[in-house]
Amino acid sequence: MGPPSEPPAALVRCTRAHGQYHPGVPANATPLDSLIYARGLTKRFGSFTAVDGVDFDVAPGEAFGFLGPNGAGKTSTMRMIGTVSPVSAGTLTVFGLEPAHDGARIRSRLGVVPQADTLDRDLSVLENLLIYGRYFDLSWGEARRRAVELLEFVQLTERSNDQVEPLSGGMKRRLVIARALINEPSLLLLDEPTTGLDPQARHLVWDRLYRLKQRGVTLCLTTHYMDEAEQLCDRLVVMDKARIVAEGSPRQLIERYVTREVLELRFRRDEGETDDSAHLVGQLEGLAERFEQLPDRTLVYTSDGEATAAAAFERGLRPTGVLVRRGSLEDVFLRLTGRSLVE
Amino acid sequence: MVAPASPPAARRGPLGGLASHPSLRVLEHDLLVFRRGWHSYMLSGLSQPFLYLISMGIGLGLYVNRNGGAPDGVPYLNYVAPALLVTQAMMAASFESAWPIMSKFVWEKTYLAALNTPLGATNLLVGDLMWISFRAVLLSVLFFAAILALGAVSSPLAVLSIPVAVLTAMAFAAPIMAFTATQKTDQPFNVLFRFGITPLFLFSGTFFPIDRLPLFLQPLAWATPLYHGVSLARGLSLGRVEPLADLVHLAVLGAFAATGLVAGRITFRRRLAL
Amino acid sequence: MAALRISPPLVLIRPTRMVERNLLVYRRSFMVIFSGFFEPLFYLFSMGFGVGALVGSVQLGDGTSVSYAVFVAPALLASSAMNGAIYETSNNFFGKLKYAKIYDAVIATPMSLADVARGEILWALLRGSLYVLGFLAVIGVLGIGGLGLISSPMGLLAFPAAMVVGYGFAGAGMAATTFVRKWQDFDFLQLAIMPMFLFSGTFYPISAYPAALQVVVECTPLYRGVHLIRALTTGTPDVWIAIDVLYLLAMGTIGLAIVSKRLSKLLLA
Repeated sequence: MGPPSEPPAALVRCTRAHGQYHPGVPANATPLDSLIYARGLTKRFGSFTAVDGVDFDVAPGEAFGFLGPNGAGKTSTMRMIGTVSPVSAGTLTVFGLEPAHDGARIRSRLGVVPQADTLDRDLSVLENLLIYGRYFDLSWGEARRRAVELLEFVQLTERSNDQVEPLSGGMKRRLVIARALINEPSLLLLDEPTTGLDPQARHLVWDRLYRLKQRGVTLCLTTHYMDEAEQLCDRLVVMDKARIVAEGSPRQLIERYVTREVLELRFRRDEGETDDSAHLVGQLEGLAERFEQLPDRTLVYTSDGEATAAAAFERGLRPTGVLVRRGSLEDVFLRLTGRSLVE
Repeated sequence: MVAPASPPAARRGPLGGLASHPSLRVLEHDLLVFRRGWHSYMLSGLSQPFLYLISMGIGLGLYVNRNGGAPDGVPYLNYVAPALLVTQAMMAASFESAWPIMSKFVWEKTYLAALNTPLGATNLLVGDLMWISFRAVLLSVLFFAAILALGAVSSPLAVLSIPVAVLTAMAFAAPIMAFTATQKTDQPFNVLFRFGITPLFLFSGTFFPIDRLPLFLQPLAWATPLYHGVSLARGLSLGRVEPLADLVHLAVLGAFAATGLVAGRITFRRRLAL
Repeated sequence: MAALRISPPLVLIRPTRMVERNLLVYRRSFMVIFSGFFEPLFYLFSMGFGVGALVGSVQLGDGTSVSYAVFVAPALLASSAMNGAIYETSNNFFGKLKYAKIYDAVIATPMSLADVARGEILWALLRGSLYVLGFLAVIGVLGIGGLGLISSPMGLLAFPAAMVVGYGFAGAGMAATTFVRKWQDFDFLQLAIMPMFLFSGTFYPISAYPAALQVVVECTPLYRGVHLIRALTTGTPDVWIAIDVLYLLAMGTIGLAIVSKRLSKLLLA
């Protein structure tokens, strides 16, 4: 898991906090029983390292996610898996095959939903699917049969003969998903499948992806949306600065890196009052495992929010706002990748 | 875009205080854009007619002259040079009144932005027509200099073929602009150029006299403005003035330009009336 | 028992997918393709018959004298093959590569970049073959009418010869396009094409030039194409036509190799 020399600081901290360290990769994984198998996978562009020695496996039938801020290396990883970006160093096999030698064979079993839609603007909705089927060596008849079925699946049947350009963003994304399924792939790669879509469109896409998962299609996706990762992924890795910083199911990650509940306390800060956060944390000391002071509120990570809130009141604290909520992936994400904006 | 707010005195455009008439502001905007990229425009605009002049006038001319020359024994270079002067002005003006004007309506929507200012549809039409004519003057003067350098001029009257070339340019630009204002895509332009402009270039007396055409095609050639522009420029360049015929040539060219302008006024207003 | 099906290898099949894609696109705008058929004919009538009357006859390399139309027709055929190939592989290919991003989607399929390059060149040739066949048909009809623009049965070979010319320019044009960054760069391509069209022995014999210049012109690809096709339609072949064919085939093949290399650099980062 992670870099061979030393784990990132965040990992060291949480390892100490929990007294246990979960290696990211099952020890028994081999290139043959994983759909995707990566060891020390690295992508360099000149002197810039986009992906820095990552290890992961994707098993048949699971929904696997790469979670991370922009620039973390998610898309570069996806492009290497899709065999459209040469591997700089390390090992990568997809379906047990090596991208450098068997690119065409890998791609013939892969469905790809890229970040930019790459639809053919000169063709109609249906023709986009037909010609894409031809690229996969389907007969015209078979391509048409599947195209009609897929347009039904993504609810675009009425738009079959329309041009691509006037379609909404959500429709275009659904069309790209349909296009990626034309070769009946056993593995579907989705790079930020719902970025830029409105809530209705996102839920429709999620629904279709969930159905695919139920049919046994392996999903491998990137996202920077926590709700998306929680909705879709059985297992995910968090990437930051070209490396994998954590791995597990959404629930495992929450248990490991945050607490079951989070208590949010707000205090009124009077005009001209000096920052007394140190004092505040001092008063909270011992109530919970970890605190975080934000400009407008204090986060208390605890297993029982109600009890901790009561204990705080007993110590004489009088917050103006008290909120108890469940620990979320967002807490994990912010803990691991930091709160400062990465541009 | 053209800023209408500041008073004319404070403006610092290429035309300075002169640009007080609304149509001139359109021209001024075009000039500002032209300051970038004028060299590549001149290069691509002049290289083609110049290469034709060398290849046809001199290279092929060798064989034509050996065979007795152009009609009346005129050296072939002197025969094609004034015709190429007129056709290059026509080609450039036709191009400029098609795609770039389409862009101002559809792609970059420059005209729509200009309508938010005191400029009206007619100002836009006249301003851009002046702009196209201005470039026709520029290209024609330079091309005429090249003709002079090759010694392909037989009379001092030849200098008048420059205004003839510019008038021919307007006889094409005005109707094509009027047409452009009625179109939604640039597809018809391909047809216009392939079946209109290119055949005119090849069959309007540029390279050989139109009495070589099949009889039924000759009236068609008379009806086109290019034939009149070429005949007029060639006559002047060879020092032959035939007052009556030349007046007819001028009248036809003027009629095309004027009709185009009137039609353009209608189509521009219709297109830009929101 | 399953019927035994003999199918050609994928390396031959896959490029045709790009042709299918382009056919789907142009099904709706057939006029664009159709109109290209007339341009060489306009030139043939204008130059061959209009200017031809002023020129009279022209001497071929071997000293035989032919009418100007017979002289210029094969050159216009070669130029038309060149122009068609260049148009398809410059502006059109560039638009698909940089703006429509057609190939960004194709690379996610089993198609290889070599398939893409071969397919687009095949398309350029098929489109060009329509124009070549049309042009030859018109020449043939004129021949039946007694004008005899093709003076040898060898003229039938003008069709494959024009395809060879198209292949050479399609490969070279496409290779050049992979280095283009913006539309204006194509002005430079035109600055190479236009002089070739006007000075490569197309409209008059290159014996008009001084000896040194003749050698330069003889090295241009369009001159080789004109020489090849003119030798076939006038029935005056010499050993140089072997050089013509080799030159043009090499140009196309080297171009194609450069295209595959450049495309992987551009698309597979």
